[in-house]
Amino acid sequence: MYDGGKIIPGLIIFVLFITFPIWYNRGNAGTVPQPELPKNYKQCVLPDADMRAEHMQLLNRWRDQVLRTGDRSFDVKIGDTMYQKSLMNTCMQCHTSKKKFCDRCHTYASVKPYCWDCHVAPVE
Amino acid sequence: MFEKALKGNKYYWMWLAFLGTFMAIAAFCYVRQFNYGLGLTGMSRDVSWGLYISQFTFLVGVAAGGVMLVLPYYVHNYKAFGRITILGEFLAISALLMCLSFIVVDLGQPMRMLNVILHAQPRSMLFYDMIVLNGYLFLNILCGWVILTAERKEVKPPKWIYFFVYLSIPFAVSIHTVTAMLYCGLPGRHFWLSAIVAPRFLASAFAAGPALIVVVALILKRVANFDVGKKALDKLATIILYAALTNMFFVGLEFFVAYYSNIPGHIHTIEYLFFGLEHDGHVYNNLVPFMRMFVLLFVVGVALLSIPYTRRQSDFWLGAGCTALFISLWLDKGIGFVLGGFVPNPLNEITEYYPTANEIFIALGIWAMGFFVLTILYKIAIGVEHEIEA
Amino acid sequence: MDKKRRDFLKIAGATTLAGLGGPAVVERLVTGTSPAQARAGHGEHPVAHGAKTHTAASGHEDNNAPTGRRLGMVVDLRKLRKQPELMEKIVHACHAEHNVPHFPNKKDEIKWIWRTKFENAFPEHSDYYKDKLTIAGDVLVLCNHCDEPPCVKACPTRATFKNKDGIVAMDYHRCIGCRFCMAACPYGSRSFNWRDPRAGLDMNHINHRFPTRMRGVVEKCNFCAERVGLGKQPKCVEVCGSTKAMIFGDLNDPDSEIRQVLKDNFTIQRKPSAGTHPSVFYIV
Repeated sequence: MYDGGKIIPGLIIFVLFITFPIWYNRGNAGTVPQPELPKNYKQCVLPDADMRAEHMQLLNRWRDQVLRTGDRSFDVKIGDTMYQKSLMNTCMQCHTSKKKFCDRCHTYASVKPYCWDCHVAPVE
Repeated sequence: MFEKALKGNKYYWMWLAFLGTFMAIAAFCYVRQFNYGLGLTGMSRDVSWGLYISQFTFLVGVAAGGVMLVLPYYVHNYKAFGRITILGEFLAISALLMCLSFIVVDLGQPMRMLNVILHAQPRSMLFYDMIVLNGYLFLNILCGWVILTAERKEVKPPKWIYFFVYLSIPFAVSIHTVTAMLYCGLPGRHFWLSAIVAPRFLASAFAAGPALIVVVALILKRVANFDVGKKALDKLATIILYAALTNMFFVGLEFFVAYYSNIPGHIHTIEYLFFGLEHDGHVYNNLVPFMRMFVLLFVVGVALLSIPYTRRQSDFWLGAGCTALFISLWLDKGIGFVLGGFVPNPLNEITEYYPTANEIFIALGIWAMGFFVLTILYKIAIGVEHEIEA
Repeated sequence: MDKKRRDFLKIAGATTLAGLGGPAVVERLVTGTSPAQARAGHGEHPVAHGAKTHTAASGHEDNNAPTGRRLGMVVDLRKLRKQPELMEKIVHACHAEHNVPHFPNKKDEIKWIWRTKFENAFPEHSDYYKDKLTIAGDVLVLCNHCDEPPCVKACPTRATFKNKDGIVAMDYHRCIGCRFCMAACPYGSRSFNWRDPRAGLDMNHINHRFPTRMRGVVEKCNFCAERVGLGKQPKCVEVCGSTKAMIFGDLNDPDSEIRQVLKDNFTIQRKPSAGTHPSVFYIV
């Protein structure tokens, strides 16, 4: 290999550089975020674990059903009450704080969902 | 072969640096636009497409114009085009890159660009435009590269490449036809709602593309010691002349239909473009100078290409004639056609469009990017030619 | 060689044609109707059509099958002319309901429903010797929710589409902001968010039950799909209340109020020559 003396150390530096966040934190994931749950309600649309893993797919499904299919029926069962499929008019009615609920995990996971470019978070 | 682009004289690098400066300015301006929104342009609710889409439309023509070299050379075996055809193919590549960039900078949500594929709507002409533009880009890269590589090795190009060469001919026609269909299928816009838009686009493309190639070929003769040959240039001048005249004939037909039928919707835009449109006591005419210049330069260009002396005896006058026609056709299609179509708006109101500085710099930067790519591609092509000769 | 080339060109041509015409043919085969029949279903023979679709709707839930509803509107200009303040109220209520931003700069303007002069709303109507009322009174214009919407055809991502109620709806999540629909609309009903719309809204006084939009997407009147879906009337119609200046209902239901009004009055539509079959009618 030509210039092996330059290429190999260069590659090593590059790999170290891009993996910087991993070895700097030494596998420590930091403090696990604690989103604040609503006090007056015990149940959500799905069990906790499913909501945690799949709330984005659920929201996308609701969005397509409401907007594209035009199905605006109140067919979401939470406890004994039926709700409509809506981020602003259902989810955020219980989860009254975007900052203390949504943002805590999203900030931790460094995801920036564009929901809030249009949808309006409850007044805090 | 890319290494050929890395060796050049002082002027080569100065030229690239010059273009690079415009590209850098455009990148800066685009970041501004990306962060603020398209409100930084002069576009409005009434004139909802501006400089970007009009440049896109014109450049699709420049890209399609390359077929005027491919067709005689490969289909009719016109040997004189042997050295110039690669210029056409490579011009198509850079013109298409400009087209695609103009589309992207015009999008309100460029991050969602792939929705055109993810949620494809086969009834939309934009869907087909995406297919043919990308297809034609791919074909030109493939054909140009394979043939140039073969030339460098001084062997015949592989047989299979001719399939793609012939395929690129209907693609060239289709890119501009489909681009015309973006406009001529819209029910509410009288100026665009005309079956002659596609033929007119093709005619103007077959003049503008080759005109640019002639100008570039004349420059290359001086600066790069690369002569495509007198015969090729003369034949191209003939092609340009007929195509330009055909375009003007079609424009004349638009005038006839509008004024003889006396249908207001048909007259309004033409009136606005060439004479100024009076509305509520105010005359709107900001595009009139451009359109009159279009006619003037057309006459000059056609004259220079028709008179035997200016066409055959002098590179300068041939170049001047082609430049005049290129600018003339740019004014026609790259300014008047798209911008004029929005006046008056569907509610018979008039809003005039003035591009902003930010918008102009982005457009200039994309043109610079196109010429940057073109320079590099031509450098490679000419480098290969010189290598064979040496 | 020559023959081969000709064959090749033939095949290439045929493939291109198939590519262009294919989707339309497939659509025809799938739905089993020709455009002409579909039109008749919407207009001339609504009884049979309505009955058929009722069973279809109660039977199986096929979202793509037409349910036969086609929501429409009659705007009674005679009534609106008498009370221009009502027009103001309607525009304001609609824009407040849907968080439509207000930008003083005309370049950034966004509007869903607005007042305009008769000759602007109906540019194809002769303007010789107009009567006093037509000259003096304004017209309310909004999206026509066409039966044959050119914007839907133009949209490359299906971000704008006709829903099962005949409403031409927008999916703001999907819009790429190419503005092809704005060029395609013969009525100038569409607005583009040239900048962040929230800059034109008082965020403390917005409707918290409806989203705003983001910059870079096209927006327009949605016939209050979010209200109609819950069985309510569109906001503008609600504001008109008992004046009946605007009437809303199913154009395909022969017993609906709107059909009765259409039967009893001479109505006109904006640019019928564009072949879009608007669902908004005007009583002059």
